[in-house]
Amino acid sequence: MSDYDPVEVTPLHADEVSRMEADAIAAIKAAGDLDALKQARLAHAGDRSPIALANREIGALPPAARAEAGKRVGAARKAINEALAARQAELEAERDARVLVEETVDVTLPWDRRPRGARHPLTTLQERIADAFVAMGYEVAEGPDLEGEWFNFDALNIAKDHPARSEHDTFFVGSTESGMVLRTQTSPVQVRALLQRELPVYVISPGKTFRTDELDATHTPVFHQTEGLAVDEGLTMAHLKGTLDRFAEVMFGKGITTRFRPNYFPFTEPSAEMDLKCFVCRGASAVPGNPPCRTCKSEGWIEWGGCGMVNPRVLIACGIDPSRYSGFAFGMGIERTLMFRHNAEDMRDMVEGDVRFTLPFGMEI
Amino acid sequence: MKVPLSWLREYADLPAVTAHEVADKLTAAGLKLESITSYGHDVKNVVVGEVLEIEELTGFKKPIRHCKVETGEAEPRMIVCGATNFAVGDRVPVVLPGGVLPGGFAVGARKTYGRMSEGMICSERELGLGDDHNGIMVLPAGTPIGTDVVELLQLREDVIELEITPDIGYALSIRGVAREAATAFGVAFRDPADVELPAATEPAWPASIGDPAACDRFVLREVTGFDPAVETPLWMRVRLMRAGMRPVSPAVDVTNYLMLELGQPLHAFDRERLTGEIVVRRAAAGERLETLDHVVRELDPDDILITDQSGPISLAGTMGGLETEISGSSTDIVIEAAHFSATGISRESRRHGLVSEASKRFERGVDRELPLVASYKAVRMLAELGGATVHPGVTHAEAEVSPARIAIPAGYPGVVAGVPYPKETVVARLEQIGCVVTDGADPAVRQGGVDPTGVVTGGALAAKLAVTGDDMITVTPPSWRPDLTDPNDLAEEVIRLEGYESLPSVLPSAPAGAGLTEGQRLRRRVGRALAEGGYVEVLSYPFISPADFDRLLLPAEDARRVAMRLANPLSEDEPLMRTTLLPGLLRTLVRNVGRGFSDVALFEMGPVYRPREGAPVVAPVLGVERRPTAEELASIEAALPDQPLRVAAVLAGEFERSGWWGAGRAASWADAVQAARLVAGESRVELSVSADQHEPWHPGRCAALYVGDTLVGHAGELHPRVIEAYGLPPRTVAMELELSRLEAVMPGPVETPAVSAYPVATQDVALVVPDFTPVADVEAALRDGAGELLESIRLFDVYTGEQVGEGNKSLAYTMRFRAGDRTLTVEETTAARDAAVALAADRVGAQLRSG
Repeated sequence: MSDYDPVEVTPLHADEVSRMEADAIAAIKAAGDLDALKQARLAHAGDRSPIALANREIGALPPAARAEAGKRVGAARKAINEALAARQAELEAERDARVLVEETVDVTLPWDRRPRGARHPLTTLQERIADAFVAMGYEVAEGPDLEGEWFNFDALNIAKDHPARSEHDTFFVGSTESGMVLRTQTSPVQVRALLQRELPVYVISPGKTFRTDELDATHTPVFHQTEGLAVDEGLTMAHLKGTLDRFAEVMFGKGITTRFRPNYFPFTEPSAEMDLKCFVCRGASAVPGNPPCRTCKSEGWIEWGGCGMVNPRVLIACGIDPSRYSGFAFGMGIERTLMFRHNAEDMRDMVEGDVRFTLPFGMEI
Repeated sequence: MKVPLSWLREYADLPAVTAHEVADKLTAAGLKLESITSYGHDVKNVVVGEVLEIEELTGFKKPIRHCKVETGEAEPRMIVCGATNFAVGDRVPVVLPGGVLPGGFAVGARKTYGRMSEGMICSERELGLGDDHNGIMVLPAGTPIGTDVVELLQLREDVIELEITPDIGYALSIRGVAREAATAFGVAFRDPADVELPAATEPAWPASIGDPAACDRFVLREVTGFDPAVETPLWMRVRLMRAGMRPVSPAVDVTNYLMLELGQPLHAFDRERLTGEIVVRRAAAGERLETLDHVVRELDPDDILITDQSGPISLAGTMGGLETEISGSSTDIVIEAAHFSATGISRESRRHGLVSEASKRFERGVDRELPLVASYKAVRMLAELGGATVHPGVTHAEAEVSPARIAIPAGYPGVVAGVPYPKETVVARLEQIGCVVTDGADPAVRQGGVDPTGVVTGGALAAKLAVTGDDMITVTPPSWRPDLTDPNDLAEEVIRLEGYESLPSVLPSAPAGAGLTEGQRLRRRVGRALAEGGYVEVLSYPFISPADFDRLLLPAEDARRVAMRLANPLSEDEPLMRTTLLPGLLRTLVRNVGRGFSDVALFEMGPVYRPREGAPVVAPVLGVERRPTAEELASIEAALPDQPLRVAAVLAGEFERSGWWGAGRAASWADAVQAARLVAGESRVELSVSADQHEPWHPGRCAALYVGDTLVGHAGELHPRVIEAYGLPPRTVAMELELSRLEAVMPGPVETPAVSAYPVATQDVALVVPDFTPVADVEAALRDGAGELLESIRLFDVYTGEQVGEGNKSLAYTMRFRAGDRTLTVEETTAARDAAVALAADRVGAQLRSG
């Protein structure tokens, strides 16, 4: 302490500290980019910067002078650091703005490196129909495509001489005497369900069916049906109507109901043809003077399928007592449903597998 | 069935309603409207005229007449006409200027062939009455001049065409439709068959029934002295045409007219050409008959024939024989009216490919009580029309048939409908269709009868069908309703006449279901996964050709060559049921490529049909009177082929597209294997892959796919010769999996894995193995050797080249280790890695790559 020489601590003079601060702030302001700012930080705020060195000298001052010098240097360092932070923020913002502009791309460029495929609308339509009934408590029943004649005809009360059993309508396997056919309808699944399941039975059976029609716009030898069957105590035609009305509503929206017309099927008695109220014009086009409707051909109703009360003879062939149980059954063509629901005009498109036909249908219908 | 409305109105007192209103009511009753054709509604100003003078014009290419015609107006009309079949004094239909002919064809006064023509003299065709355009229609002498021709010839008509279901043969007649229409409108019905028959004095031409199962009623009546020059009256011809039949000759027209009106087919024989007694019998082997259509037919022993002493003279209920056909000179006519077996006629008609108006009616069931009536009406008409003398006798052979009688509780139709009907309603409705209803269950009722297809019912089946309850009624259906045999048939009649539209709509509560089965869910997942993965689903026909097996290079002994064969394929080229999904998919792929889509990925899910070894060739057709026994059902199943569900995918071209981002990636064998893994993944099973040589795949690029020891399918690149045979793009790849097998091994619910929060330790290892070593084997060895600490292993590089020596490859793996309960030490992970390498060395001779 006795060696104290005030001349030696020039850096702590007020003028000197002010100069250091002014130099630093000038350098910081002059820094044109983040790299330059880094240099300025090193030079004016780093460990070897004049102000840092000055700071170290404070201890050399006599105790009375230390506080003042400390205050002075501290204020200068704070100003420098604030200038650094401000400039840093400024430069970063500038850089970000520039980089983001530089990184701009054309977001309208196509990106179809791995196009998605699609499921066939006949598959997804069958699933959708099945789901409507599963929601009502039905289960999905299945049976083979290549079927015993007994299941496809006899058990369904289709007599030996019924025209449908001729080679003109039915594909026979092996020979016409083999007792084996490609099922002409999904109805044999009804028989299988009644033989295999415990009563009551509520099932829906979608599937492939076969008839010897040549392929054209409205026929295909391999087509699809979905068939429903309910056998329980006390089922009536009113229940059949209620079920199909609900189904129509689920598939086509509120207020869309069905209409029955008498018809004949060997496996149901009474039998009915089921029409769907047109879900496009809601029947309006059938009134003269209103605009025509393409979906229902201005009839107001669309023929959809067949239905009826299970013929007691079918129950008997399945070992069910018709005096205790009754049932109803219904069925519809899936190709036809696709045609009117989606304005598909040519059945050949459903068969040929052209990807342009199938892709728009996606995963569900 | 085409029904002229005027004809219908003769027998049903219909109110003043349009044809559409009639058709709507009939449709609601089950006689469905097909179409309505209106005739003559636009016709006007057509009157009867008398030809006063004819001037033949010359100098034209064809004869032209300029006629003066009296039409009852102030002045006669001058009309140009190109026909020459009329003479001065003839009465003809004339359309006056301002008049309109069918089709809206307006006629005015105009100059033609140098003369004024004030209207037109009309042919039958011009009036919409038929096809006759050979000349002017000459009306009967004495037709009053100036009469409105529209009224005179009944030019205005609406014809309702109805679709008749096979159970209601009675509706193939005006009589049947009129009954339904009268019921629908609640008006009176007059039965055209309600005719008082004179007491028969003696038999007509001798006849007998040889086979009562073929024919249970056979009636002959005769007329003599029929004037062959007479013409069928215009009204009858018009009705026949409007009902869709072509007028032929008076005698034939009469039989057709009555068939349309009553529903009873009739046949007219030329009496002069008959030889001795007529017998209805089945054909004998080797017999032949030339039918009216000039076809000589080989007869089947099941055919029902009308024969006389010369042999077969008619194919019963289907078509008459040429030899005994009535001709333009026939004067003595024998009319046949019979009731044949419905099934017999149906088989016969199908066997000979001969569907006639008669066979259509017989196979649907004709009123058994009609033959006497219809034949009587026929001979009366022939007498009136052609001055014939009716032979007073009638030949009537018949076999005993007991009518069906059905007892039901009066409330039964309501039970079926789900809405109660009062007993009076039930009885009234049943009586409206012609049933006789009595109170009580007639103890003598032996239920049963003959159903519309001719199957005799009764006995045990009838007992099972019987419905009992309170307030029984006994119902005897009318002779024209052979379709009414069961209690539910009666229920349908009541419900349909009360109106299906009045049924209430009641949603039943089904018991809670179990939802989709695991298998059904799997199929949906697989379809969705493949579609999301870029594949488009197709549903191709399951028919294939034996040539497909060759195209697929299947060896002679390959099980896939054993296929079910269709007896009547649509195409003789494709008579087999597929044993693999590939042919259909490959054809679809080629079709898409042909349409300009060269990057195609397709899949199909569906059954294949694999005959079982030693299966019986016949599946028995069982009875229907009871539930078959388990053995009986098994005997059907035994003959059916195995029908496992498969899924297959094919792809060609770029699987990843090239584009502005750079090159794409061509579909490769690996994509096919990956598609299989995708499917397996949805089944929650791991596929193990091994190299295989299996047609139709490339022998060096074919993967066999296993789950455990179960082979589930194959994947890879197709054999170049298969690609050539199907015309596929080069390097087309395919996979086919048996989904049924995956379903069978699908594990239960997923076990939740333990997720460790301790750090991972990663070790890379490069192994050198001989080229031929399957990577799958190396990886399996590493996994097994590394033990439980191994979390995952990933092959990140395959290298061949100098550094690893000829015939070798280097496989570089990243192995990740982790423990569930601690941080692993370097020693622990190194030990696990070393153990893995050691096992790989042991199993496949892998060497740790140095450097």
